[in-house]
Amino acid sequence: MSNLFSSSIGRKLIMSISGLFLILFICVHLSVNLLLIFDDSGKLFNLAAHFMDSNPIIKIVEPLLAIGFAVHLVYATIITIQNKKKRPQNYSIQNNKATSSWPSRNMFILGALIVLFLAVHLSDYFYKIKFGTMPTIKIDGIIMNDAYLVVSKSFINHFWYSLLYIASGMFLGLHLTHGFWSAFQTIGWTNDLWLKRLKKISIVYAIIVATGFSIIPLYFLIFM
Amino acid sequence: MNFTLKIWRQKDAKSKGCFKIYNVSDINSDTTFLEMLDILNNRLVLEGKEEPVAFAHDCREGICGMCGLFINGRANGPDSGVTACQLMMRKFKDGDTITVEPWRAKPFPVVKDLIVDRSAFDKILQVGGYISVNTGSAQEANTLLISQKNAEEAFDAAACIGCGACVATCKNSSAMLFVASKISHLARLPQGKIEAVERAKNMVAKMDELGFGGCSNTGACSVECPKNISLSHIAKLNREFIKAKFKK
Repeated sequence: MSNLFSSSIGRKLIMSISGLFLILFICVHLSVNLLLIFDDSGKLFNLAAHFMDSNPIIKIVEPLLAIGFAVHLVYATIITIQNKKKRPQNYSIQNNKATSSWPSRNMFILGALIVLFLAVHLSDYFYKIKFGTMPTIKIDGIIMNDAYLVVSKSFINHFWYSLLYIASGMFLGLHLTHGFWSAFQTIGWTNDLWLKRLKKISIVYAIIVATGFSIIPLYFLIFM
Repeated sequence: MNFTLKIWRQKDAKSKGCFKIYNVSDINSDTTFLEMLDILNNRLVLEGKEEPVAFAHDCREGICGMCGLFINGRANGPDSGVTACQLMMRKFKDGDTITVEPWRAKPFPVVKDLIVDRSAFDKILQVGGYISVNTGSAQEANTLLISQKNAEEAFDAAACIGCGACVATCKNSSAMLFVASKISHLARLPQGKIEAVERAKNMVAKMDELGFGGCSNTGACSVECPKNISLSHIAKLNREFIKAKFKK
């Protein structure tokens, strides 16, 4: 184990493991969020949000998630800065388009855009739910936060806000087209056959995530 | 065919280089890129006004890995799976302006014009790119059984000619595909497995120490590799390295 994480491969391994953890989180988050458009009464979403807020396992996972985000962010910054120094003189022209995908070359920029979105997102919902005052609703005899009301109001009343969520969904999708298979590649869980398969799975997963997160504000904008 | 060449000229490692423009005319479309540079150099020698353009070359048949050039923004030019010596002028259009630069990476300093010092690769090989076997007469081949799959994959990795196109094209100047080729080649064979742990540790440590960047899995290295070495060898390197780190 000596010096594993100080090596270039070790640092990428940290990115990969934290990335896979975040991928799993996105999956859960999207599943809950999609309840917003499957039940216009808001009951399902509020019950799910209440469950996430009160479940002891989620309470344990929550700080882990924050650590996962922080580690992914800090290491991405360290790796990007270090890698930038490896070519002191750039080429006068470099045809990158012919050799690699745009997201693969701009993972840090996409990540930074997602972090900016997260700052808005966390201050709006997470902070309000955890520390602010929220409207409440009684469902099945239990008084809980009316998260559905807050979310739906934000999307219906603020066009730019919805647009931010749609764009961020797209950025996240682009980030995942490379990040998903790249995580498996860094751990070493690929071969020629699985490399092709994982790249296809990445695109499918990225489309599901980007469409899933973008469709919610669109739904409220168009149908509500 | 006629071309305008924009070539990087640099007197020596310490001098500051710059681009110079040359025109070449009446180039046959079946001329290779290096032959075209030879034609230019012949003219420069005859004119006697300036030194011929220095570029590395040896076998001129895509085997030695000497002739790496960054041509029009791509390692070894617009063709795929070829070295610069295998690049034919018919891949360009008549009248094209062609920009020729040396590999640019911190561990590959420019020596002169288009020649870079790639001894960093030798240093990586010196710490593990070999198997320690006693020489002597070859033993009976069937005493060492190697599966067809492993033999094929080891052979694919062994095709690496150490040209440095992977480093040149990588946005991080990473040597992962080069190191992966060596590690994947040897780790798949019974003779190489014995030193697999030390080899993975030492070669990766040397690669980092020499100033090569980390791998972002953009895949550009594999696209530009004249021998089409697959990214899956990098996955094999990652596996071997992580395994090695957990072993001791």
